[in-house]
Amino acid sequence: MTKEAILGAIRRGLKRGPLPADQQAMLGGRLATHPRHLIPARSRLPRPDQVALFIRNVEKEFGTVERVPNAEAVPAAIADYLAAQNLPPRFPMAPHPELTAIPWSERPLLEIEQRRAEATDQVSLQHGYAGIAETGTLMLPSAPERPTTLNLLVETEMVVLRASRIVGAYEEAWDRLRAESKDERSGGFMPRNIMFVTGPSRSADIEQTLELGAHGPRRLHIILIDDDPAALPMGDATAPPPVAVPGGPAAPGD
Amino acid sequence: MVAITSPAFKENARTALADPGLQKALGTAKGAFLQRRAQAVANLPEFEQLRDIGRNIKNHTLANLDFYLEAYEAKVKAAGGQVHWCSTADDARAAVLEICRKANARTVTKGKSMISEELGINAHLEAHGIRPVETDLGEYILQLRQEHPSHIIAPAFHLNREDWEADFRRLHTDLPADRVFAERRDILAEARTKLREKFLQADVGITGANFLIAETGSSVIVTNEGNGDLTQTLPRVHIALASIEKVVPTLEDATSLLRLLARSATGQDFSVYTTFSTGARRPADLDGPEEYHVVLVDNGRSNMLGTEFQEMLRCIRCAACMNHCPVYGAIGGHAYGWVYPGPMGSVLTPSLVGIEKTGMLPNASTFCGKCESVCPVKIPLPKMMRHWREREFERHLTPATQRSNLALWAWFARRPTLYRAATRAANAALGLLGRGKGAFRSLPLAGGWTAGRDLPVPEGGTFMARYAKEQRRR
Repeated sequence: MTKEAILGAIRRGLKRGPLPADQQAMLGGRLATHPRHLIPARSRLPRPDQVALFIRNVEKEFGTVERVPNAEAVPAAIADYLAAQNLPPRFPMAPHPELTAIPWSERPLLEIEQRRAEATDQVSLQHGYAGIAETGTLMLPSAPERPTTLNLLVETEMVVLRASRIVGAYEEAWDRLRAESKDERSGGFMPRNIMFVTGPSRSADIEQTLELGAHGPRRLHIILIDDDPAALPMGDATAPPPVAVPGGPAAPGD
Repeated sequence: MVAITSPAFKENARTALADPGLQKALGTAKGAFLQRRAQAVANLPEFEQLRDIGRNIKNHTLANLDFYLEAYEAKVKAAGGQVHWCSTADDARAAVLEICRKANARTVTKGKSMISEELGINAHLEAHGIRPVETDLGEYILQLRQEHPSHIIAPAFHLNREDWEADFRRLHTDLPADRVFAERRDILAEARTKLREKFLQADVGITGANFLIAETGSSVIVTNEGNGDLTQTLPRVHIALASIEKVVPTLEDATSLLRLLARSATGQDFSVYTTFSTGARRPADLDGPEEYHVVLVDNGRSNMLGTEFQEMLRCIRCAACMNHCPVYGAIGGHAYGWVYPGPMGSVLTPSLVGIEKTGMLPNASTFCGKCESVCPVKIPLPKMMRHWREREFERHLTPATQRSNLALWAWFARRPTLYRAATRAANAALGLLGRGKGAFRSLPLAGGWTAGRDLPVPEGGTFMARYAKEQRRR
């Protein structure tokens, strides 16, 4: 059988047989405890500065962020954003309880459907599971209430994220998922798909020059609900990092 | 497998140096990569420590590769996926075709994958009536042009904007011939529209994998365009192609390597889309593939374990080595003659296809050491190129004149006094002969050597003379 052939070839190369039971147990222990390695210091900040770092990194990667005081303020923020961008007030929304609980009826002109995205949709509204300050990255695990296509098929993706869900490093987001998520099929915690999204889609394949809006969204807009009193702005952490310009010279993407 | 032209490396290089379009493209592209990486590294004070961590994670995994692959497979199965173990490229092509046939596939979309290039998946599918469509922007135009990537993360590195416009006009004949491409983004928009149709038609989506995770049974892809995600989300079947050394133990291990990958590759802190796929669609999910297959390929990797080339299996395919290589920068990727160009290719290609056809590659190096100094997992690339030269010599694959000249050199080198006198004389003579020239384009009796290289004119004394002088001064 091919599997045995490959494992046999690996063991021949490593000049040993199958690992003895005690070593297997040790490696199994490493998998179970999944030790962390060095975590860069840049995201270890007081809460307000951590949220500020998240916002700054999103903007550095050409995303936009609007802070709103509570969930009640979301419909107006979305209606105004769509109007300002000249986009239709019509969009599919992730059927997540936190989103369905928003008082949408205050803005009756918004036409919202709870579903996945289709190719004809221009705008979507996604639920943000977590934000990672280290690089301004959204963590979007797939679930019936968080369809993956909302991240992909539209020109403009809007994401509602609560400030209390912003963590410093990726490792903290993994630990939240491990603690909060249960996958019925595997018995583990990983859903079918997790997208980590840092800014809108882009390509630099033409002359290594950055252009936004390759195959995924051209715009990524985050509505940040300030639900965490400890994370409210006090003062800015450090000077913003230098910002590259779309259309200017840049390193290529994939 | 892709046809190999590495034996014709010298001719390839000569053609590349004389190709004005290629030289223009290389000139445009080179600086951006170096600058962006340097900036990203400067912005992360822990980068050097992370390189050691990355190397250690990969070394630990390789030493226990059999264990982690079995652990990985068990998790894939638990999440409702299948792992297809393939020893050879033939096995892998057959496995992919079989999955596509079972799905009654007519159109297959593809995310960018170098292992797919190595295995020759596209040609195999086409030969069996299935249409593969490359969806990465760079890969898309290469497929239109019937070319292969010249760079492992920027496949159309060798093309200029004019090439894109001309090819799109030639091949997108359903669009008005007099349309205007005022900006690069107009080219991008046209590709987006064309490929959106394909994403929606596809029956199967094939991606590569940057990492496989034993802890969870996940495959990871990293892209900026989002094409890889559309490829693996919309069709009914997702196939991830991955070679055996892609596995790492845990999410934490993958996370540490991801901190190195984008910074080393494009100079981004993180790529736009880093996506973890674990099994097929769950019962209540509204989207995602119904089948999830991993085609797990050896194709020569296990032969590298336990040899002086084992460390090459740490490679995470960031392309920093080729971006910083003076040889790659002068001739581009196609001249190397197979799938993987640049320093990593000069080590990996002989391992995968044999030194007989690829002896030129490890010789195409100035040994400046830049590749090793930027490698995120500290692969000693120059050392391994030297190992290949040694193997080539041991197996009598080097040309007879080169061997006799080496023997002559060795005779002198074993007699230090004579050697120093001879090099002193040669140094003085060449210095006099080439004064003001900078470099010799050709030299009598060394035509074979100078045909492919310039010899710098010696300046000042020999190393030993200068060393002695320096010692006296102290």
